[in-house]
Amino acid sequence: MTSEPLVADHVLEFPGGYTRSTGPVIGRFLTELRDGRVVGVKTAGGRVLVPPLEYDPATGEPVTGEWVEVGPAGTVTAWAWVHEPRKEHPLDRPFAWALIRMDGADTALVHAVDAGNPKAMRPGLRVRPRWKTDREGGITDIACFVPEVTMIVSPTRAEYRIRASASLTRFLEGIRDGVFRGGRCAACDKVYVPIRVSCPECGNVIGEEVELPGTGTVTTFAINNLPDPRAPEVPFISAYILLDGADIPMIALVGGVPAHEVRQGMRVRAEWAPAEERTPSMSSVKWFTPTGEPDVEL
Amino acid sequence: MGNRCAVIGVGQTKYTTKRQDVSIAGLVREAALRALEDAGLTFADIDAVVVGKAPDLFEGVMMPEAYLADALGAAGKPMMRVHTAGSVGGSTALVGASLIQGGVHDRVLVVAFEKQSESNATWALSTHLPFNASLVVGAGGYFAPHIREYIRRSGAPAHIGTLVAVKDRLNALKNPYAHLKIHGISREMVESTPMLWEPIRYLETCPSSDGACAMVLASEQAVTGTPAWVHGTAMRSEPIFRAGRDTVNPQAGKDCAADVYGQAGIADPRRDIDVAEVYVPFSWYEPMWLENLGFAAEGEGWKLTESGATALDGDIPWNASGGVLSSNPIGASGLIRFAEAALQVRGMAGEHQVDGARRALGHAYGGGAQFFAMWIVGSEKP
Repeated sequence: MTSEPLVADHVLEFPGGYTRSTGPVIGRFLTELRDGRVVGVKTAGGRVLVPPLEYDPATGEPVTGEWVEVGPAGTVTAWAWVHEPRKEHPLDRPFAWALIRMDGADTALVHAVDAGNPKAMRPGLRVRPRWKTDREGGITDIACFVPEVTMIVSPTRAEYRIRASASLTRFLEGIRDGVFRGGRCAACDKVYVPIRVSCPECGNVIGEEVELPGTGTVTTFAINNLPDPRAPEVPFISAYILLDGADIPMIALVGGVPAHEVRQGMRVRAEWAPAEERTPSMSSVKWFTPTGEPDVEL
Repeated sequence: MGNRCAVIGVGQTKYTTKRQDVSIAGLVREAALRALEDAGLTFADIDAVVVGKAPDLFEGVMMPEAYLADALGAAGKPMMRVHTAGSVGGSTALVGASLIQGGVHDRVLVVAFEKQSESNATWALSTHLPFNASLVVGAGGYFAPHIREYIRRSGAPAHIGTLVAVKDRLNALKNPYAHLKIHGISREMVESTPMLWEPIRYLETCPSSDGACAMVLASEQAVTGTPAWVHGTAMRSEPIFRAGRDTVNPQAGKDCAADVYGQAGIADPRRDIDVAEVYVPFSWYEPMWLENLGFAAEGEGWKLTESGATALDGDIPWNASGGVLSSNPIGASGLIRFAEAALQVRGMAGEHQVDGARRALGHAYGGGAQFFAMWIVGSEKP
């Protein structure tokens, strides 16, 4: 007859923890930490050890009694990212273990860097301690290190009320009603669409309004392979369309035809949204689509 | 044209994707100090400062000229800001030159910059107002149709744009300040990159750069060091929307060139100019501007490109520095063209020096190809 193995959880922990004499060197370091300072000790050879050691690892000789304050900043020399912190780790979110050489020190100490993202970590990163408020004289008096401030976010926002000009209103109301409204300059005899107040050629006031059909010719175009809010699907065609009777092209979408079948000189017509859905906005023209007529010689 | 004016100092930062180690103030100061060092001067020797910058909404720093006065040593001096869209760098040099030519000042510091890594240019150029009659497209979407029309009119073969994309990047390898350093750049590499706004491929477009450029301009009696003399200056503009406007070969560009050539006594630009730094942000704009600037007859510009005439070892090198196609801190890009033209005639262009360059064209354009700025600089006094 087989029996279950005897299994139980067990904790090996001396009640209250061991006591341990620090000795003069480590004690000084911990005392300074409690006061919010990081200090190093000099070796006979002049090196500054942070964290301090009692005996110079290079020579075995005792370190000198000479202390120097280092930091407050330091430089990351190496690091490893902790994706899933354990409960005994100093931070409850992903962080980096890093070797940090405090300014003025010749050696590096190990501590946590609260960088938020592994992409923020690199050798050479400048960091500073984030001190705990209640300090007891231990290395965890430094809660962690944090990167220095090198970038700020500067929100920019202006809210204002826009009133469309009289001519643009007139044009967009035409779009709502399914017509393109242009204006003829009496001096130049040129028809501008959208309708505008004055002629960009001669400066004259444009008085005569003309209604243009929703047909025209593609003079030239781009095949756009980068998405745009107005045309989320790529490729899309943005084209210069010369409406019949106009002397200046409009920039608009061309659709209802594969992108690589669009041609310069292609005849197109406006594809209107259904009348009940139209608003005074260019979104009332879905796009321009081929009429099927022969191309125009440009 | 007024009093004589010379470029006596040029300073540039190394153009790069991100300069996160400096603020905008630190960036422009770096260029300004290098220009002053080149001229053997300090801020104390400068009478006035002119700053050029693309739209404020790019970096969201409103009135950067006010913020930058300290960094440019302008306290207690006249300071002004210039803005003419992409041509602003060129216009900035010309405003500075006009202060010398008009006899107002003896030494003027001109500076232009862009920090594209902290700029939101595409957002700033297409803010989608509630009422609009036109489809809003970015720079590539705006210029691609005009390039298509150029190709149709001229009958240029499809690989011409590729040749420019390769040529300018080869030149950039010789320029220590150039941003893009594409070792092994070739037609195959360019042609393997995707069409962004057909007919413009990825490697036929300019990069986004952080950088600043500065020049010290001086009157004749205030010249120090090696001068590049200004032989002609011109600016022109035209409305973006005008019936009959030729967007492929804009009239303002032709008029601007005719003006600046007239001042400099240039009858045949291909013969009389030794090197040109021309604003070519998309590769096809080289053949287009070759025609617009009179280096080739209409419809013939692409043949000049194809023949290798515009290469560093050709008879009329264009963009020996690598041009806008290799470095594009937008606000500074025009000033860099003007500064590189000056470096060439001073014989200080280093590895991309055109041997014996005596007269050079600096050119910039902006907006919907509606602003133009040009100068001719020479090694000899005009």
